[in-house]
Amino acid sequence: MIEVRWHGRGGQGAVTSVELLAVAAISAGKYAQGFPSFGPERRGAPVAAFSRIDEKKIKVRSGIYEPDVVIVLDASLIGLVNVIDGLKPEGKLIVNTPKTPEEIKKELNFSGFVATVDGTGIARKAMGVPIANTTMIGALLKVIGVMGLEEMKEAVEHRFGRIAQKNLNAMKRAYEEIKTSN
Amino acid sequence: MAKRIGMEVAVAVAEAVGQCDIDMAAVYPITPQSHIAEHLSDLVADGKINAEFVTVESEHSAMSAVIGASGTGARVYTATSSQGLMLMHELLPIASGMRLPIVMGIANRAVSGPLNILNDHSDIMPQRDSGWISLFAENGQEAIDLSIQAFKIAEHKDVQLPVCVNIDGFQLTHMVEPLEFPDQELVNKFLPTRVPYATLHPAKPVTMGAFSMSDYFTEIMKAKDEALKNSKKVILEVWDEWAKMFGRSYKPVETYKAEDADILMLTMGSMGETAEMAIDGLRAKGVKAGLIKLRLWRPFPFAEIKAVVKNAKKLIVTDRAVSFGGPGGPVFSEIKSALYAEIQRPAIYNYIIGLGGRDVTVPDFVHMFEKVIADKANKAVDTYEFWGVRE
Amino acid sequence: MTKRKGLATWQEITTGCVVFDPGSASEYHTGSWRAQRPVWDNQKCIKCGICYIFCPEGCVQQSEDGFFQANMDYCKGCGICAHECWPRAIAMVEEG
Repeated sequence: MIEVRWHGRGGQGAVTSVELLAVAAISAGKYAQGFPSFGPERRGAPVAAFSRIDEKKIKVRSGIYEPDVVIVLDASLIGLVNVIDGLKPEGKLIVNTPKTPEEIKKELNFSGFVATVDGTGIARKAMGVPIANTTMIGALLKVIGVMGLEEMKEAVEHRFGRIAQKNLNAMKRAYEEIKTSN
Repeated sequence: MAKRIGMEVAVAVAEAVGQCDIDMAAVYPITPQSHIAEHLSDLVADGKINAEFVTVESEHSAMSAVIGASGTGARVYTATSSQGLMLMHELLPIASGMRLPIVMGIANRAVSGPLNILNDHSDIMPQRDSGWISLFAENGQEAIDLSIQAFKIAEHKDVQLPVCVNIDGFQLTHMVEPLEFPDQELVNKFLPTRVPYATLHPAKPVTMGAFSMSDYFTEIMKAKDEALKNSKKVILEVWDEWAKMFGRSYKPVETYKAEDADILMLTMGSMGETAEMAIDGLRAKGVKAGLIKLRLWRPFPFAEIKAVVKNAKKLIVTDRAVSFGGPGGPVFSEIKSALYAEIQRPAIYNYIIGLGGRDVTVPDFVHMFEKVIADKANKAVDTYEFWGVRE
Repeated sequence: MTKRKGLATWQEITTGCVVFDPGSASEYHTGSWRAQRPVWDNQKCIKCGICYIFCPEGCVQQSEDGFFQANMDYCKGCGICAHECWPRAIAMVEEG
């Protein structure tokens, strides 16, 4: 089972991302969960959301404290929130930033796997908005590799209708442009 | 077998209710409402279901409105949680006293003092004695299935009682997970049109909700108690039929590795499957641990509980609510009273867990077992503890 | 609830205590509550019908001659008719 924690700010679509990922994974025949950090949420405030994906039925319903992957939708959260809290030593950190993985490793004093991609830049070019939640799904799929981009298509189309293709294009670019540390 | 799809459970419950040919739903549309009501209003507005959707100014009015509509013979639904359920409280015994087959989805959450809104069972427990059939879902699939079954149980000629389907708030309602929807044609076959025992209609006047003095009140209360107890027979029949038609079976008390267990745990609601993982871990270490999951809260399944705990030495009852100044959690109290007259019964322990959204993890469940196993002299028997409380 | 003499058992209570006989409340004679009775003085009565309108029990009826009288099976003796009668044609008289 892969457990993912998403960090974002209220309004950046972290919850939409976990929903899309879970819906797509389940359509692809896997088992998955997607859930927000429960409680009141405010626009702009740091929020977290969670994904679980497995090949067999998922029973556990408690929170995720030791994720396999952490994905940060907004690099300004680094320093504000301990984004690597509980991340397994062999875990992977993905950050939406134009910086290199090495720069992020130094900033966080983190020695594990780091991947970066300028998701916001891609989203702005592809969709005209600086909202990188769907874009970063592409980055995540590249890193975790449990399913391909084409398996996101149906869920994204269902959710976004006529702007779905732009989201899928952005997702594809993030998938291709992501840089990894090792 | 239907295809598994991913959907948020609250939305899925609304979809399932939408499969039940409801005539009317009344809800209070603001906090503490869940996505159940929001999505149901979408289904009505989009013309996907042909029903009246009435938004009212309070949950008191929501329950009043569904009582009135149910009296006309309509199939009705409402949903609420937390403070909303507390505000409905006054109407709940009226709905059951008038024997109206209302179905209500409850996204179980804490009640205020202080304001919290996160998941526990402190909203449903004060409604325990209101005369409603009360079912608990463990996962999203059960939330869908029980919501459909609830109409059939409620409307059965030998039942005619309201049913509430308890769906843990957030832990279930806000979870996107794999779900299977039953085929619409099969649902139509499973759930025939409601045949009411009486209807409010000018062509054939009747009085519903009449006055009663002490000369009749006792007889009326006795009749209601018998009706609720007798509903278990119908509930079992409905679950039997469901299993035949849809392949998923339901029992008042579910068990997991309980047959040969020395030490049992009892859960109600969404924590059951997480506890199962703890039991798998304990079994791997040679501990004969097992789980009991209470699905039917009212009518309380006395015989089934007695049968499954008979051979265990210890029983840990978990509660998601507090009976302040009382004997422990409300489920604990019920289990103790169920086993009081049994000569062979386990030593019973009570942990009050997961209050106001406090997470309970697999290691937490393992620790509960270990703590009870370590109590060799049974010192903590019949007492209760707030699990994880800071001291 | 039941037409037999004596009180029904719990098994005989209708589902939801529904009363299926419309108007069965008229079997209960509220006139037994009455300590005073209204007596009309038709010399003063102007047939305005105020007593008929205000009677909370609906037991004041108009006779063929246009004057009013109360059905004593149901009149509780509340005195509202006498209170409202502005020509003061109704007097409340002690029963017994």
